[in-house]
Amino acid sequence: MQPIIAIENIQKTYKSGFKALNGVSLTIQPGEIFALLGPNGAGKTTLIGTVCGLVRPSGGRITVDGLDIHDNYREVRQRIGLVPQELAVSMFESVWDTVKFSRGLFGCKPNDDYLAELLKNLSLWEKKDTNIMALSGGMKRRVLIAKALAHEPRVLFLDEPTAGVDVELRRDMWSMIRKLREQGVTIILTTHYIEEAEDMADRIGVISKGEIILVEQKHDLMQQLGKKTLTVHLAEPLDKIPELLANYDISISDDSLSLIYQYSTADQQDGVAPLLEKLASLNIGYQDLSTKQSSLEEIFVSLVAEKVEAAQ
Amino acid sequence: MNGYGIKAIYFFELARTWRTLMQSIASPVLSTSLYFIVFGSAIGSRIVEIDGIGYGAFIIPGLIMLTILTESTSNASFGIYMPKFTGTIYEILSAPVSTLEIVIGYVGAAATKSIILGIIILATARFFVDYSIEHPFWMLGFLVLTSLTFSLLGFLIGIWANSFEQLQIIPMMVITPLTFLGGSFYSITMLPEFWQKVTLLNPVVYLVSGFRWSFYGSADVHVGISLGMIAVFITLFAGIIAWMFKTGYKIKS
Repeated sequence: MQPIIAIENIQKTYKSGFKALNGVSLTIQPGEIFALLGPNGAGKTTLIGTVCGLVRPSGGRITVDGLDIHDNYREVRQRIGLVPQELAVSMFESVWDTVKFSRGLFGCKPNDDYLAELLKNLSLWEKKDTNIMALSGGMKRRVLIAKALAHEPRVLFLDEPTAGVDVELRRDMWSMIRKLREQGVTIILTTHYIEEAEDMADRIGVISKGEIILVEQKHDLMQQLGKKTLTVHLAEPLDKIPELLANYDISISDDSLSLIYQYSTADQQDGVAPLLEKLASLNIGYQDLSTKQSSLEEIFVSLVAEKVEAAQ
Repeated sequence: MNGYGIKAIYFFELARTWRTLMQSIASPVLSTSLYFIVFGSAIGSRIVEIDGIGYGAFIIPGLIMLTILTESTSNASFGIYMPKFTGTIYEILSAPVSTLEIVIGYVGAAATKSIILGIIILATARFFVDYSIEHPFWMLGFLVLTSLTFSLLGFLIGIWANSFEQLQIIPMMVITPLTFLGGSFYSITMLPEFWQKVTLLNPVVYLVSGFRWSFYGSADVHVGISLGMIAVFITLFAGIIAWMFKTGYKIKS
């Protein structure tokens, strides 16, 4: 199947000399939800900007639906909708006027029925005559989504769509994104929230320092990202790990007063309960338990470190 | 050609004019009326005719030019600077519109507004002085071309500017003085010979002179030279804008 987006060896070096993208290659399949994860400054927004025509690449090639983004910019841009990270929207216009403007700007015939349906789906219909400046932050973000969808794009880029929005609105947006996918829209989103990627994405890509570190199916990656650490604070020091626990990914702390157990939330057999039962059968007493899940930041650091190690 | 795109930009910009009606239209009309009262009626009645034209009527083309030049520049510059300032320019840059289409939308709207203003001022002048238009089609032609030319200048200032102060600096510090010194309120033949030659370096002289010719059939410089200067300005400003979009100057990273 021809990918809807094919990015080949894209480079971007700013005038300051900062290399934002360093040979990024990536393909996105039609109809999938692709989550691009990465720490601040990793190159997520630059990559999206390059596909959408906001950033001039220093090298490489991008095609959308088989069309080169420079040679066929009209056809390509017609197919793409972009929801930017910032709440960049003209404050003095009404909701209705701004979505009509967006539809016209992208070269589409007026279609009030479609726009009315779009606003209803985004719970904006009641506010259609309201000036945007009078809307809440969450509503403004919905307006941005409505503008991006006003010309019926086949690909939708969502750059940090739920940054700074409350939990309820976040859930609403996830539901809306799923509906769009059902309609055949390909969705590429960037996010800091691991749960967002976990909940919605089919595939996940991780970018760091302008390079794609990995691209994996969500299920595979979640197993890797879903690791937790259980610390068992022992009643008495332990010199060595008993043989019954040899199959566990377990270690003893330097002061011999804690057992540190790494396990995967996805794997029920390796869970906490079986370990505690075994400790009880071994008469190993404990005073307290604590668990910790790696933050996304830590996972990025570990992925980058692994990559550097592999390169050496 | 993305006709819907041009139309969207054009009507968006015109809608801004209606939203700010007092600032956009009422304010320039009021200030021009004050010029007519002060220079035309109060002081003008004590000034002798210039080239056989009463002073009040003589300053009409210059006053219209003064408004058109400043309004075209500020409107077009504000029109493109605001999306840059608020970040909404992302939508224009990611849309399937060419540079030419963007310019037609923004510059066309700014020029339209200036033309409407020029016609309103012309109608307002009728309340203060009597005047005739010898070449009405040429008058309209100069009105349209000058509005377009200075809207192009405004557009490129809007791209260039990094702040509201920079946005104002060219209209206030360059265009207004050049218009005042460009024969809006006097004929350059009234100046000493040396200053007449210096004044010819002022490009606005050619615009005011050509426009006045269309009213009264007399001009400080030949009308062909005036048209030639407009052509030079249009080519120059359009060329700079094309370069700005080609290189992404202050628009794309």
